[in-house]
Amino acid sequence: MFADYTWTELGSIFAMQGFAGLILFSVFVLMALGLAIIFGQMGVINMAHGEFMILGAYVTYLCSNFVQAYIPSLFGIYFFFAMALAFVAAGALGALVEWALIRHLYKRPLDTLLATWGLSLILQQAYRSIFGAREVGVSLPNWLLGSVPLTDIIEIPINGIFVMVLTLVIAIGVYFLLFRSRMGMQTRAVVQNRVMAGAVGINTEKVDRNTFALGCGIAGIAGSAFTMIGSTGPTAGQLYIVDTFLIVVFGGAASLLGTIASSFAISQAQSTMEFFLSGSMAKVLTLLTVVGILMLRPEGLFSLKMRR
Amino acid sequence: MTNVKSFLSRQDLLGLAIIAAVIFVLMPLAMDIFRLNLFGKYLTYAFVAIGLVLCWGRGGILSLGQGVFFGLGGYCMAMYLKLEASTPEATAIQSTPGIPDFMDWNQITALPWFWEPFNSLTFTLIAIFVVPAAFAFIIGAAMFKRRVGGVYFAIITQAIAAILTILIIGQQGYTGGVNGITDLRTLKGWDIRTDEAKYILYYVNGALLIGALVLCQFVLKSKLGRLLVALRDKEDRVRFSGYDVANFKIFVFCLAAVLSAVGGAMFTLQVGFMSPSFVGIVPSIEMVIFCAVGGRLSIFGAVYGTLLVNWAKTTFSETFPELWLFGLGALFIAVVLVFPNGLAGLYRTYLGPYVDRWISKKPPSGGTPAPAATPADYDADPAAKPAE
Repeated sequence: MFADYTWTELGSIFAMQGFAGLILFSVFVLMALGLAIIFGQMGVINMAHGEFMILGAYVTYLCSNFVQAYIPSLFGIYFFFAMALAFVAAGALGALVEWALIRHLYKRPLDTLLATWGLSLILQQAYRSIFGAREVGVSLPNWLLGSVPLTDIIEIPINGIFVMVLTLVIAIGVYFLLFRSRMGMQTRAVVQNRVMAGAVGINTEKVDRNTFALGCGIAGIAGSAFTMIGSTGPTAGQLYIVDTFLIVVFGGAASLLGTIASSFAISQAQSTMEFFLSGSMAKVLTLLTVVGILMLRPEGLFSLKMRR
Repeated sequence: MTNVKSFLSRQDLLGLAIIAAVIFVLMPLAMDIFRLNLFGKYLTYAFVAIGLVLCWGRGGILSLGQGVFFGLGGYCMAMYLKLEASTPEATAIQSTPGIPDFMDWNQITALPWFWEPFNSLTFTLIAIFVVPAAFAFIIGAAMFKRRVGGVYFAIITQAIAAILTILIIGQQGYTGGVNGITDLRTLKGWDIRTDEAKYILYYVNGALLIGALVLCQFVLKSKLGRLLVALRDKEDRVRFSGYDVANFKIFVFCLAAVLSAVGGAMFTLQVGFMSPSFVGIVPSIEMVIFCAVGGRLSIFGAVYGTLLVNWAKTTFSETFPELWLFGLGALFIAVVLVFPNGLAGLYRTYLGPYVDRWISKKPPSGGTPAPAATPADYDADPAAKPAE
């Protein structure tokens, strides 16, 4: 399949597809980070994670419309408010769900899967009733439009660069929150030994709720970033949920670095193959490879050595 | 009859008799053929649900990919029927007569090699059992031998369901794509679209379901059934007792796969088409909820759960399409939070004791009273299960 192209063309194709893969990588990382926190740290399967992401996307959409209609002078920077609002909204819903649903099910991981699937159906239908079944898109401020020409053939869209920078910032933020802050220390303590953590005075229930809310909030930010590169529909979240779960499992459930590495591998493989094969075959091959590797190495790429 | 008594207690016989009466007498009398055909379609899902009782309720293996096996069985049947419907005479207007119409639309000029054997009915019937069993064996052997279970198994089976759906939709020329394999007409020259054929297929389906129930009851009451419950609750302890846990898990997973495939094949025969919308993630997880609503521990409950959820789905999605998804979502949550043992659990708690007393009041002549349904099956409350 490479025979029809010259070397320079191949180089450009790989660069362009690699860049498209980087945007996919950013979305995967943002979604998978939230999931890795919830699944890796708490062992809870949140099938409604995609719907939390879509909540963030709809919040951004509402903000965009609101700012355009009432305070157009702020339109250039509305995105930052929207993102913060998306984080808060998704996080608040996450805390509510944890309180009402998840905390009763910590000892039954398979049942959380079913319950959160039910939640995702309810949220999807709620979005459809409120926002309609049609996909919606946000209008971007001018400074995010256009692209930077790198060479004659290669052009890089600015919104893609913005999403990538955003991903980097969020990933570093999550790292500091989990490994350099008091809250992160408490979270990790609860994961490693719940009873002992409780004995030294950590409020484990509160830590659970905060962790779950944090994961959902990051999903909200992911949704907000998602609006910049694609349109949003009520069922858009479901398209990504299986990929994201595979990414988290492939990376090694408890390892954030593994999550990032596996997002990179999967998004690049998919994006590069998409150019040469059809989109569906690229996805099939990527997922099959991941499932195959997981069957040979169930603990994923990066596994924590821990005594259970 | 002593052999039968050893695995069918009087309560089980009563349950079996009631289901048989509902399927064979009540429903055909109460419904016209259109509704009965619909009811028959629901019954094909019940095969999947009782398979899930074995593998999830008793064995603790949650497979979110049962639609894959349902689809494999259904597609095997559909491929045979499609080839029979695509005789050179019937497809004379195509540019290549004698191949299925969707292949012709996708510029394929010869029958692909993997379609060839499906010209034979014998091969097809064997394939319906062997293909899903082999597929389940590969998945099960790869996962269970490496001691992957629980949540990871669920996620990977779900990914497999996603992969197969994308593959079927993407390879339109070989599989019929998103529309599936449609326009099926005859089975060995016998038109399956007439009302008479629908009645016959309905009864065949019912008989197969009763057979499957008896088979599952036999498995559950055997030593294997006991071991399944044991390894669900304390896998390590079973392993330390000297059993090879993986083999039991692989077996029960394959059995559930074969049951699903039989359901899928009967689905194709009764409904007259097969499409990827019965293979993917959404249908697979809906099949889990059929089982959960009926009661994940009871094969009889699973049949009723399947019928109830599907009846509700048809009724609500006809009249209030918006409410149905809310209802289904709430059902998922309620069945997990409020009544984890489903309908069968409710029956056990509220109605079961009266039925037991009523049965044991009049023992049939010449038989020792059968032991009551073992409470051990039911007192394993999932809420009390230790974390995995």
